[in-house]
Amino acid sequence: MHKGFIRGISAVLIGLWSAMLFSETDGVFDEYRAMLGDDNPAIFVIFDGEEIWFTPAGPKSASLEQCDLGLGPGVVEGAYAQLPRYFADVDRVQDVEARLEHCMTQLQGLTPAEVHGKPYSLRGDLGTELEALVAWIADQSSGLAIAPMQAHAKERATYELGERLFYYRAGPHDFSCATCHEQAGRRIRLQTLPNLTTHQGAAEAYSSWPAYRISQGIVRTMGWRMRDCMRQQRMPELIMGSEATVALQTYLAVNGAGAPMAAPGLKR
Amino acid sequence: MQLLAFILFSTAVYADEAYNVLLDSMKDKNFVTVERLEQDELQEFCSQPRSASVDQARAAKLREAALKGVLIPKDERYLGDWQLGEKVASNGRGLQYSDDPEQENGGNCYACHQLDPKEVAYGNLGPSLSGYGARGQSAAMLQYTWTKLWNTHAYNVCSHMPRFGAAGILTEKQLQDVMAFLFDPNSPVNRSQP
Repeated sequence: MHKGFIRGISAVLIGLWSAMLFSETDGVFDEYRAMLGDDNPAIFVIFDGEEIWFTPAGPKSASLEQCDLGLGPGVVEGAYAQLPRYFADVDRVQDVEARLEHCMTQLQGLTPAEVHGKPYSLRGDLGTELEALVAWIADQSSGLAIAPMQAHAKERATYELGERLFYYRAGPHDFSCATCHEQAGRRIRLQTLPNLTTHQGAAEAYSSWPAYRISQGIVRTMGWRMRDCMRQQRMPELIMGSEATVALQTYLAVNGAGAPMAAPGLKR
Repeated sequence: MQLLAFILFSTAVYADEAYNVLLDSMKDKNFVTVERLEQDELQEFCSQPRSASVDQARAAKLREAALKGVLIPKDERYLGDWQLGEKVASNGRGLQYSDDPEQENGGNCYACHQLDPKEVAYGNLGPSLSGYGARGQSAAMLQYTWTKLWNTHAYNVCSHMPRFGAAGILTEKQLQDVMAFLFDPNSPVNRSQP
């Protein structure tokens, strides 16, 4: 029911958007976003995510209610804003997706292969359970300051690793994240590029993911954003919850720390 | 002596750590393999923040090597067909795992440069090249531009621009066509009024 409605809305939004796509100014999308106000089709995905969290699943037929996102088992409110963080039970730093994988395998008895089967939607899909869960979890931190933990040595090392990866050039095109994201006022074609090495740029980017992508009609997560940037850099496929994606997200979160979360955002 | 060995060793380990993490964090997809994560000397040298201090001697060596590796087209025939070049400049596909490897690669020039002033969807990571042909068509100018396209690091080490010739992104024929798109008086780069 929700999903059918979302697809209906998506079709209308895509139509509106394509009419504006060739407009010369970049401010049009901001106007459009302002026009929608607080209305974001992601709300339906958030509802789905909440339902999924409380629904028993997997071989152990358990819900995720006992999942510890960093603030204790079952505490979801405010948890996203403090990720990525160090988890003693796995002795590593995890983002929301790595942590959900941990909970799905430990609590519900799913295999890692099952969790990794299809974490993110392909174009035209209705959205995955992981995307819905992340949308709901992020929404539970909306308005709270980005405050990734940097107390543990591994958390600080993860930030430093993230910075090194940000500048790592490789592949046939010699691209790194920095190729597009270390200067202000730049764009690719008409797409503006945040300068992720600054507080402001990182805060704008980090606070708005996960986001409802109008052109795709689904909620995309920060993990997906990292994977897709790597695809555009001509790199191989970035694995969900991997050390590299956690490090890059930590780099962004720490650079943007203090700014309020505003996810799920709304993007073209 | 031991200290020196330790420092050299630590630097190597430090540089390798990013590579090892990426290797563990990525997997082959379609025709794109994790071999792409290996850095050549230039990539390794250029993986630093802009603010980092640059080893000028090493930069000069890399610049020299880049220049030496440039392959000049046969009979110095730099200019091809500007209409085909326009297509190469507009095409953003190629070498992503989502692309069809049977199709020819694009140059994606518009992602970063203004060219035909009538095209509004251009990026600004690189300078505007509208009216490029007005800079003249001397042998030196043609050779300079060819070199810039082939391997930009021959002039500007750690430029953000891909090495379209040296990395095999574009063929010699495609580069000749892009050159014509830049230089031909009939090309919209040089003809169109915004």
